[in-house]
Amino acid sequence: MAGDSAINSSKESSAASGAAPPPPEASLVRKFLQSRGNSAGIDSGFRGLMIVCALAIFAIVALILFELIMRSRLSMAKFGVGFFFTQAWDPVSGEFGALPFIYGTLVSSFLGLLIAVPLAVGVAVFLTEMCPGVLRGPLSFLTELLAAIPSVVYGLWAVFVLVPLLRVHVNPLLAKLLGWTGLFGGPNYGIGMLAAGVILAIMILPVISSLTREVMNSVPHSQREAVLALGATRWEMIRMGVLRNARIGIVGSIILGLGRALGETMAVTMVIGNRPEIAKSLFAPGYSMASVIANEFSEASDDLYLSALVEIGLALFIVTIIVNALARLLVWAVTRGTPARVA
Amino acid sequence: MATSVYKTSAYNRISRQVWDHSATALAMLSTLLVVTPLVAIFVYLIYKGASSLNLAFFTQIPKPVGESGGGMANAIFGSALLLAIGSLLGVPIGISGGIFLAEFGRGGRLANAVRFTADVLNGVPSIVMGIAVYSLIVLPQKHFSAFSGGVALGIMMVPTITRTTEEMLLMVPHSIREAALGLGLPNWRSVLSITLRTASPGVITGCMLAFARVAGETAPLLFTAFGNQFWSANLDQPIAALPLQIFVYAISPYDEWHRLAWAGALVLIVLIVVSVALVRFVTSRGVLKGAS
Repeated sequence: MAGDSAINSSKESSAASGAAPPPPEASLVRKFLQSRGNSAGIDSGFRGLMIVCALAIFAIVALILFELIMRSRLSMAKFGVGFFFTQAWDPVSGEFGALPFIYGTLVSSFLGLLIAVPLAVGVAVFLTEMCPGVLRGPLSFLTELLAAIPSVVYGLWAVFVLVPLLRVHVNPLLAKLLGWTGLFGGPNYGIGMLAAGVILAIMILPVISSLTREVMNSVPHSQREAVLALGATRWEMIRMGVLRNARIGIVGSIILGLGRALGETMAVTMVIGNRPEIAKSLFAPGYSMASVIANEFSEASDDLYLSALVEIGLALFIVTIIVNALARLLVWAVTRGTPARVA
Repeated sequence: MATSVYKTSAYNRISRQVWDHSATALAMLSTLLVVTPLVAIFVYLIYKGASSLNLAFFTQIPKPVGESGGGMANAIFGSALLLAIGSLLGVPIGISGGIFLAEFGRGGRLANAVRFTADVLNGVPSIVMGIAVYSLIVLPQKHFSAFSGGVALGIMMVPTITRTTEEMLLMVPHSIREAALGLGLPNWRSVLSITLRTASPGVITGCMLAFARVAGETAPLLFTAFGNQFWSANLDQPIAALPLQIFVYAISPYDEWHRLAWAGALVLIVLIVVSVALVRFVTSRGVLKGAS
């Protein structure tokens, strides 16, 4: 607003000076302009500075990649591709294999998605299509607030509230109902893969639901009206008019949620149990790629140990970049025209 | 799919009604399920945190195990210092990147590549950022430092600020730029004191959002700022940070420390929620209404 008034006042003053009757001689104008200096130099300098800052973003990504590759050369040379397919994790004897961590990351993330996706789509449908206007603002503010809570606070809550809840109430029930699948057997500590999946679901919900909402909002109203005019019920309108048109964007937002889940560190570290083993039961403690780095990086005693951990980080970096790029492309394909918001 | 619209038998009509109502019920149920954990988290934070919060929390440094009392004054100060370094680094680069995207590179191939890279960088796990800064700054220096923690946070702020700045600048009407240029302002002056100034509420929003996001980051600080049990204002030394301290206390086996962790989490959340709410307040009544 201050800018507006500044413009107005300068407009007025220029109008006043323009109305001054005696037009100055050409040489005077030229003299005046020259006395103000030539802005071309400063302009191109400014432009260059802005370009440098924009290129800094490339530089950051390149630098991260370069550092990670440099620091993980030792482990790459020693273990090769087999690093990602062996289970051994023994810092004492210098045997390193990343398979348990990859397994833990994948299983906990997919568990999180399995819980979060139906809920997130449900919330998005409710908020865009069904919600009375009074509730829409507060509810969307609440779901956005979920995204603002730091992951260490989620972890704190999970350790002291969610884990006891799972141990005492949910896990025995699951063992009784679904114990025959073998996924819900064995000792019940509370912490473990299932707890990690649940806390991940809570954390990625806002990401998925806010992007899904955005994609659904970008479906033209004429689509909804056309389906309703054919006599469809509201659910049929949502299913045929909205969800079908928005499906690519919804898949994109789910993949973006997956990207978040794969890289999530603190909350998972606090509840996953931190044991480098592959177990069939979801009650069993596991380990994820991000949490092994968080736990062991600052105590890595020798170079090989450190470079094995950095190699896990490199794998995580590359996977999340691919996942995010894919998701962005899908979301852009739908919301093209309106620039995608920052999640 | 489409056939169900044409069938009009009584059975079909009823089943369609049932589907409609059950879908509505399911959507409501899922909203309820999503809101529940949020409410639960806040209730626990306020219940557990407020009961452990006292003046000592803000004025004292942590006591050794076994002694009761103590606070997180050094961690609060450390977080403020780290965030200041991060903002000093991240805000200018982020805003300049946004200016480039909106004013100079519009529609160009370079701008698209920058925008895409910023979005991708936004999704890079924070722990990876921690490793990168560790190997870039901590390893050559051979010790943890507050400076490296600030750099990690600053890098994490850049993509968010760049993207929001761009969006906000794109909303400034062309006529304002043309008016500025028509008055004979050089381009850099028009960008800085006309376009950017018009969009400033939105740009500040973006900075606050980025700030709120990194304020709670723990993972990139684990092996850069590292944490410290004592007062330190030395940029070259390890420093305490609120999220780090919460993490250390939460996984410790002592009840006294758990209490402090809840109090710390409450302080952190209040800080973040206040800044997010402030941002919503500003954007809902500022020049760029509905632009958050």
